[in-house]
Amino acid sequence: MRVAVIEGALLELRQLDLLASGDSALHRLDPRLKLLAAFAFILSVVSFERYALSGLLPFFFVPLAVCAMAGLPSLLVARKAALVLPFAVLIGAANPFYDHTLQLQLGPFGISGGWFSFASIVLRALLSAAAAILLVAVTGLPAIAQALARLGVPQPMVDQLLFMYRYLFVLAEEAAHASQARALRSAGRRGLGPGPFAAMVAHLLLRSWERAERIHQAMLARGFTGQFHSSRGYRFGLTELAALLLFVGTCLLLRLVNLPQLLGEAALGLLLRVA
Amino acid sequence: MNHPVVAAEQLCFSYPDRTVALRSISFTIHHGESVAIIGANGAGKSTLLLQLCGSLTPTTGQVRIGGLPVSNATLQQVRRSVGMVFQQPDDQLFMPTVYDDVAFGPRNLGLTGHDLEQRVWQALDAVSARQLATKPPYRLSSGEKKRVAIATVLAMDPAVLVMDEPTAGLDPCARREIMGLLTAFDQTRIITSHDLDMVAQVCSRVLLLHEGEIRADGAPGDIFADTELLAGCRLEPPLAMQACCVCGR
Repeated sequence: MRVAVIEGALLELRQLDLLASGDSALHRLDPRLKLLAAFAFILSVVSFERYALSGLLPFFFVPLAVCAMAGLPSLLVARKAALVLPFAVLIGAANPFYDHTLQLQLGPFGISGGWFSFASIVLRALLSAAAAILLVAVTGLPAIAQALARLGVPQPMVDQLLFMYRYLFVLAEEAAHASQARALRSAGRRGLGPGPFAAMVAHLLLRSWERAERIHQAMLARGFTGQFHSSRGYRFGLTELAALLLFVGTCLLLRLVNLPQLLGEAALGLLLRVA
Repeated sequence: MNHPVVAAEQLCFSYPDRTVALRSISFTIHHGESVAIIGANGAGKSTLLLQLCGSLTPTTGQVRIGGLPVSNATLQQVRRSVGMVFQQPDDQLFMPTVYDDVAFGPRNLGLTGHDLEQRVWQALDAVSARQLATKPPYRLSSGEKKRVAIATVLAMDPAVLVMDEPTAGLDPCARREIMGLLTAFDQTRIITSHDLDMVAQVCSRVLLLHEGEIRADGAPGDIFADTELLAGCRLEPPLAMQACCVCGR
């Protein structure tokens, strides 16, 4: 099956969106809880010191556990998280050249701090991306937006987010059609340089603009006065609080206690004693 | 009801680029009528519809809805009584789920709780779309989108239903479904369309627009029989009234 780039991206996005309509215990949780949990997770991951590597590893169990509990395909999540790799690599790529402080001596090979911080950046990016993707996959963007609103984010910003999400699909479809039409008439050549591309983007922008005006008209026609009224019953009770505290506690524990190091030291101690 | 539900008086409109879209249009529509506004592309149909819900205001002349002149002061009341279904359902369905979208209007009217729920389910049932309630709009087919768009307006409980090209781009079954809805409603209906076969079946009156003017106003049977008039306005009689393309009769 050959799917054009934009259509492919659109399909994947829909797939992610479809996952959010699942019905596991995690899906049913209050979106505020999940939002705060993801935030706590990302915060613990990024707050490690720059050379941290082994301490980050146990954090990979968290997304795996979430996938298992929510019945999500972990491969799909991993593939989506991997989309941030190029950016992470770009950000960290210079580190090995600037930071030559010796961190580890393996026989004749010395590994500098630059390599450690580079690997650390990549791991953190992967973990943070996985957290964000899982949040969307078990909550859905509309519910996340609602959680944001109830946690005090200004309503206009939340509305923007919702509109962006709704019309992302429409815009992407239009872009896909335009690029398909261009491909069909470009006779196998890879486009005709920046000119037609710029015209296409400009055209899309103008069309979105006109659409935005029509949407606004449709909203006014149904009595819109600038206020979104929404109501959906979610509960944030003691159970939710306990679940959140448990999760944050786990994050804190993993952040403060370096499990691989402890395990390693214990194993080494055992070995030494046996020897 | 004595005074007309919708009245246009000497309505003129030009766009800011000085394109004249409507030239001195006058008509009255009474309660329960089902009126089609037909005409070639660019005849002024959509512009006229936008005047009815106050999205555009006339250059001169005026529109009255239920006796109220449409103006900035009366806009909220006018929009309560005129339900506008736009041609592109994607422009009309902007909330995360179908239910939220149908509830958008009634919530703006101040409905909450049980009243709100009842209004939403009633509207969804009227277009047989109850099973679509939890779906996001982009996962609906064109026919479903159109039906939901109609529900979003029905939920406002309008006195007048205004629809721009309700059957455009639909498959035959979806078109039949929409036509069924249009005949079943008892509100005053105003629709624009190029689908003259549909107009002949669901409308009791036709306004024929050409270059911003009303060329004819009458029963569909009379207007569609006048092939000369239709041809002069870049239209053709409905297929059902044309000779058979196989046997020529």
